[in-house]
Amino acid sequence: MRTLLKLISFAGLGLTVIPSFLVFAGRIAWGTHAALMLVGMVLWFASAPFWMLGHRSHPTTPPAP
Amino acid sequence: MSTIQPRAAAAPVSPQSLADRLDAINEFDREPVTPDRLQGPGSFIGLYAGEHLAGTEFVIGPLFVAHGVAAADLVLGLLVGNLLAVLSWAFITAPIATRTRLNLYWHLRKITGPNLLFVYNIVNALMFCFLAGSMISVAATAVGLPLGLAMPKLNDVYPNSVGWVLVVFLVGTTVTALAILGFEKIAAAGQVASPWMFMVFVAAAVAVLPRLGVTSVGDFWRVASERIWTGAPAHGVAKFSFWHIMFFAWFCNMAMHIGMADMTVLRYAKRWQYGFLSGCGMYLGHFVAWIASGVLCAAALGDVAPGPIAYLGAGVTGAATVVIASWTTANPTLYRAGMALQTISPNWKRWKVTLAAGAVTTAAAIFPALMMRLLDFVALYGLILMPMGAVIFADFWLLPKLGLRQRYAEWKSLLFSWPAALTWVMTLVACWAINAMWGLEIFFLGLPGWFIATVLYVGLSAIQQPARLQPARAEA
Repeated sequence: MRTLLKLISFAGLGLTVIPSFLVFAGRIAWGTHAALMLVGMVLWFASAPFWMLGHRSHPTTPPAP
Repeated sequence: MSTIQPRAAAAPVSPQSLADRLDAINEFDREPVTPDRLQGPGSFIGLYAGEHLAGTEFVIGPLFVAHGVAAADLVLGLLVGNLLAVLSWAFITAPIATRTRLNLYWHLRKITGPNLLFVYNIVNALMFCFLAGSMISVAATAVGLPLGLAMPKLNDVYPNSVGWVLVVFLVGTTVTALAILGFEKIAAAGQVASPWMFMVFVAAAVAVLPRLGVTSVGDFWRVASERIWTGAPAHGVAKFSFWHIMFFAWFCNMAMHIGMADMTVLRYAKRWQYGFLSGCGMYLGHFVAWIASGVLCAAALGDVAPGPIAYLGAGVTGAATVVIASWTTANPTLYRAGMALQTISPNWKRWKVTLAAGAVTTAAAIFPALMMRLLDFVALYGLILMPMGAVIFADFWLLPKLGLRQRYAEWKSLLFSWPAALTWVMTLVACWAINAMWGLEIFFLGLPGWFIATVLYVGLSAIQQPARLQPARAEA
């Protein structure tokens, strides 16, 4: 399950960044890039919290003034 | 080198004294970090990379463009300035943090006494409020997009419409409510968002490059020099040189490195060399992200409002990124402000204190000058807190070499260290005088200020402890 979640997250990151290079190369339109980024954002936030937060220990909680 | 001493006998204070009130807030954080709680390098890579990718990055890059820096000056200035910042973390903050294993609060308390620390906390809280306020302004530029809100311009000081005030109020209320409901969840959301946010910065900039006339990698430098960082400032703002960029990159986190606030983070490091890991934050956030947001600004024909420029590069995702980046920064900042302000009235519930901090923050955010003059504010913020970092440095490394006692306030059970207080005030007065007499801009004042503070604290400590200095001289 964790591996699947990670795969979804990385697919989300891919959809966030790869279309911009395709716009740069003239392969896709800007509108397509914006739509794919939106899908990437949804995929990232739907999957990353479940594997990132469970195993991340943070050095500062709560922060001191 | 200093060794960690057990706490000296507490000052004879009443149960409701200032010292008790301060201590009650940090009750569980006063001991040195134990070896089993030390963290490996991965935690620090993630922490620094996330911490330096925030809503402010959408403002700073465009402001560099507006200040007319040339492309070569920008790149070289960022490379050198960020390197100096990393070295400051590694050679100034981390060695003390990993030897004392205490957070800034408890270490400084031993040097300044609790009453001066109280003043420091209040100043810190106000700075945090203004910093969070700038984040709320940044978020408002994205929230206002679908409403057709007229965005503030570069030289705006006051709000330009009732709509702006209402949107800021809405954003400020939401941020404050979220901070009251649960700081830790928002902080966790910030950690999750960081890798994605970095991708959005890169993607948004790459996607607008064709609009600027970049059709191949080879075109980039020519376009960067001719259309992005042209060397010509916008109307009404000062021109930035290599030195401005270098010093800004070095000192924009002055409160954290030479100001020593990141002792709180680096006390968990297994080795002092982890200070070098701050480079992950510097070169991702303060190099790539600043360049990316500068590209977006140029594509938006010089518009500096973060919401519209992010939308131009990444559509709805860009606007969402501005909101998420701002909120995830504003919330922990507001939380820290609340913690510091709670020292005034510890009987208040945390939610009431956070509400008060949120009200101050939102009121400040209504003025777009806070966002548009962010470079000056960030420089001022670091400068005001820096002298206490110099005090910590001098107390730790220099006083023992001169035969003077470290942490004198703790040793003598003093509530207020006058050498530390005078150092703080006199350093800021000296910096103001340098600015007024020689016209040295605020971005550069941190460097002379740090040396002035260090010398002052050593000198004033020698006056405070003459009896200790004489035997040391005699031995020498």
